[in-house]
Amino acid sequence: MSFFGFGQTAEIDIVLSDAETRKKAEHKTEDGKKDKYFLFYDGETVSGKVNVTLKTPGKRLEHNGIKIEFVGQIELYYDRGNHHEFVSLVKDLARPGELSQSQTFDFEFTHVEKPYESYTGQNVKLRYFLRATISRRLNDISKEMDIVVQTLCTYPEVNSSIKMEVGIEDCLHIEFEYNKSKYHLRDVIVGKIYFLLVRIKIKHMEIDIIKRETTGTGPSVYHENDTIAKYEIMDGAPVRGESIPIRLFLAGYELTPTMRDINKKFSVRYYLNLVLIDEEERRYFKQQEITLWRKGDIVRSMSQQATIATQRYEGSNSASAQAKEESN
Amino acid sequence: MSEATVADTRRLNSKPQDLTDAYGPPSNFLEIDVYDPQTIGVGRNRFTTYEVRMKTNLPIFKLKESCVRRRYSDFEWLKNELERDSKIVVPPLPGKALKRQLPFRGDEGIFEESFIEERRAGLEQFINRIAGHPLAQNERCLHMFLQEESIDRNYIPGKV
Repeated sequence: MSFFGFGQTAEIDIVLSDAETRKKAEHKTEDGKKDKYFLFYDGETVSGKVNVTLKTPGKRLEHNGIKIEFVGQIELYYDRGNHHEFVSLVKDLARPGELSQSQTFDFEFTHVEKPYESYTGQNVKLRYFLRATISRRLNDISKEMDIVVQTLCTYPEVNSSIKMEVGIEDCLHIEFEYNKSKYHLRDVIVGKIYFLLVRIKIKHMEIDIIKRETTGTGPSVYHENDTIAKYEIMDGAPVRGESIPIRLFLAGYELTPTMRDINKKFSVRYYLNLVLIDEEERRYFKQQEITLWRKGDIVRSMSQQATIATQRYEGSNSASAQAKEESN
Repeated sequence: MSEATVADTRRLNSKPQDLTDAYGPPSNFLEIDVYDPQTIGVGRNRFTTYEVRMKTNLPIFKLKESCVRRRYSDFEWLKNELERDSKIVVPPLPGKALKRQLPFRGDEGIFEESFIEERRAGLEQFINRIAGHPLAQNERCLHMFLQEESIDRNYIPGKV
């Protein structure tokens, strides 16, 4: 911002050293638009150049120092003034002085810790960005560049299934089972609902994925529930002994990993809600939390994937054929 | 466990269903008909009663078949009892039609055939909706309404 055209001003441009090779990830902005940003993981070095271009050639730019920061911060929408910075690194690029011509400065933040995943939600935002600043007496010139951070996990060591019997005394007893308690973002929920007692007139059954974003602490806790998916698994009236299978592919839905108590500021948790609806539109439901995690990509060829799938199904076919023979 | 990109989507094992369960009568049989409206009495003291016939195999009902005569105010009584004693949101009854009870009408008022039919259908919908509610099935007033000859308005409210 220049005053009445006098004085010198400059444009700042931040360019990453691996801009050509680094992958970009899509991330939804606060107003719902999807944008692409450079993708980083925990521990990776963030390096590049800061280009300062003087607007008016020939004039000098006086400044009180040029620096670049790497910031990771949490912003609660109801408390916009206060940013909670959990990562804050600074590199000085130039001591106070003056620039007589456009100049480029190198920077490197080595092996930067990025403990949390980037998240833009209904009431809270967690973001990482580079910010280059030219300090001046009256007004600073600065430029921000957002990046996206994803947190990866490996297969959990313990991943027990969820199996429970629930119901209303003398009216409805079911046993539900989900094959795992921890699912990665492109996993499949495989399960079943087994009916033990059905004395109500059920019309259909669905399974919903609910995302709950919790912000605030103590008495001012706020939960925002959002139904991400509704998936009908049964249409019609079941009877005792009937088993309804569940196969729900998560890749089709917009999900994030489960985030628990991030920097003591917010949580994002996911629940499976099993809903039975009877002839009079009464709803009977059972909610169960699941943990979502992000798996790193392993690229296998199509033929390798086909081989794995075939072996699985052939194996199970021969096992069930054997069982039939034994029972006859 | 080896890391595989292809998810395992095979069904979980389940017990085979007993054939008597699969093809036998369902455990949720409950049918209530409201029909045969009869207007009894003369002049100003007339009122309409309806037959409420119930067939069920739910163990919570003492009688598997029952047949009683009820009038509109009996249905109102049931609605009030349930609203007071249970946590259920009770469905609405067909209208009271007070306008139809005013004098100097061109038609038969509340004894008009088309009105009685409309009311009958509404009462049938009401009683079926409420009788299938698991919480309503615990209330003594519902059992008395459906299965006892007459409604004792001095009964002791409570759960079955």
